[in-house]
Amino acid sequence: MSWFVQLSYLLAAVLFIFGLKAMSSPRTARKGIIWAGFGMVLATLVTFLHPDIHGVSNYILIVIGIAVAGVLAWWSGRRVAMTEMPQMVALYNGMGGGAAAAIAAVEMLRALRMLPDDLQARAASLAEESGLSVAAAEAALRAEGAASGSIAAALGADVTVLAILGALIGTVAFSGSLIAWAKLDGRMQRNSLVPAQQIVNVVVFALAVIFGIMTFFTDSVAIVVIFFALGLLFGVFVAVPIGGADMPVIISLFNALTGLAVAFEGYAIGNPAMIIAGTVVGAAGTLLTQLMAKAMNRSIANVLFAGFGTTVQASSEGPEGEMQDVSAEDAGIMMAFADKVVIVPGYGMAVAQAQHKIWELVELLQGRGVDVKFAIHPVAGRMPGHMNVLLAEAGVPYDMIFDMEEINEEFATTDVAVVIGANDVVNPAAKNDPSSPIFGMPILDVDAAENVLVIKRGKGTGFSGVENALFFSENTRMVFGDGQKVAGAMVQAVKGL
Amino acid sequence: MAIEGFVALYIFMLAGFVGFEVISRVPVILHTPLMSGSNFVHGIVIVGAMVVLGHAETVTEQIIGFIAVILGAGNAVGGYVVTERMLEMFKSKDEKKGAEK
Repeated sequence: MSWFVQLSYLLAAVLFIFGLKAMSSPRTARKGIIWAGFGMVLATLVTFLHPDIHGVSNYILIVIGIAVAGVLAWWSGRRVAMTEMPQMVALYNGMGGGAAAAIAAVEMLRALRMLPDDLQARAASLAEESGLSVAAAEAALRAEGAASGSIAAALGADVTVLAILGALIGTVAFSGSLIAWAKLDGRMQRNSLVPAQQIVNVVVFALAVIFGIMTFFTDSVAIVVIFFALGLLFGVFVAVPIGGADMPVIISLFNALTGLAVAFEGYAIGNPAMIIAGTVVGAAGTLLTQLMAKAMNRSIANVLFAGFGTTVQASSEGPEGEMQDVSAEDAGIMMAFADKVVIVPGYGMAVAQAQHKIWELVELLQGRGVDVKFAIHPVAGRMPGHMNVLLAEAGVPYDMIFDMEEINEEFATTDVAVVIGANDVVNPAAKNDPSSPIFGMPILDVDAAENVLVIKRGKGTGFSGVENALFFSENTRMVFGDGQKVAGAMVQAVKGL
Repeated sequence: MAIEGFVALYIFMLAGFVGFEVISRVPVILHTPLMSGSNFVHGIVIVGAMVVLGHAETVTEQIIGFIAVILGAGNAVGGYVVTERMLEMFKSKDEKKGAEK
């Protein structure tokens, strides 16, 4: 029966890769996830036939576990709001990392449990060969040191190294993702747990590595337990200082890490489906993490080890001039008589739940023959591509939504650019003020448009704490107020024409 | 089936390239569903969790194995549901018109 299981795993791996490939186009993406889902069901079902699984109670526990977790996850996944998607993905991702770490834990405990048997068996055979008593043979083996037993001796060096690496990565991804979930869900605001968090982090990481190495040579359960505890602690410590706007990078990174942990544990238990799927996700997640970090003009190390905002210099002068404001009605009418309008939504739009009203406005404008497009900055929202999902939920077709590279040249020919709930991603200081903390970050060139409308709740600064010169520019008009109400007033104004 | 040293290294390398290649062509608009989709794919950890629970022989091993199954199943099922929900919403102008008719 084993060949049947292996063949099914192979087929599942093929389905995963084809599924991910199909996700590279919005037209085929839905098919892609269904193929991948089919692969998962197949792999899970044939695993019940896996030759290593035995014992009625174990079968029952497996079925209960899958049923309980499956129902809960299905229910939570169905009801989660699209704005809360990042924390949900973080949570599911953490579960995967935790599962990989738990697999490593069971394998290590099994290895330790088998050690005494192994030693006694070797002592018995040595006693037979040499004519010594069994006790003396055992003592001799112990004296040799190597025979005293270790996880590595029981599992093999290669398996042990990867099991330990997978355990470390898995525990970090598990506890780190849970912290990311708590922060994104607004359950946790703190940015440090202990004084000198960054230094403590380095120490904890070093300790985790040392205990990881000790785990390789040990025959003691206590060492293994401490190693896992240190991994969990490091995951917490590394995620706590990460600020809200850096979350896209960190979720993406944890996703890649979980993939790697799954691949390593796949090697440890000889499961090719886990090796292939885990490695593909690890590589894909790494690439995605790099894209995210690049969009923010920061290195991954910088995101992990430097708190944002600490670099803000008091010397950077605020822009000169006054903000000029305009009523929502006038702003709506201005758009109605434009030829080309580009809308730049930020996370603030989603917070105000304004996307549905905005889409209503866009449909009215399109009815009047206005050319309307959406421009999305790569880090808009709380995870990569989050804004696209929120717009899609509101009913905006994806072929009206454009990436930064696609649309930046078009701002020069745009009559009205509308910025709603976005700030730093349209701040020209990123281009022309080397003293600004966001200098060098690629931005949407909204200031090139003939007129700029900025819908904003109040006069405060963005996440980075930097004043935005765009708001003080000659061709900018500010529309102050709640995004949803402003959009509603604009809809009424355009309808009244 | 045991996968020995170098064969596993080749698998790691090739699968890594596949991951890079497949993702490098994904447009920005699909990054969230893609991340949640790849999140779903590493839910394959459920099969490993099933195997370790399946050969658990002490109560401690059973407990940790059970936790592994719970976490793995949550990862796989949750990842699938949210990804499918998001992808369902992505429609082009033509598809929308077709749906309205």
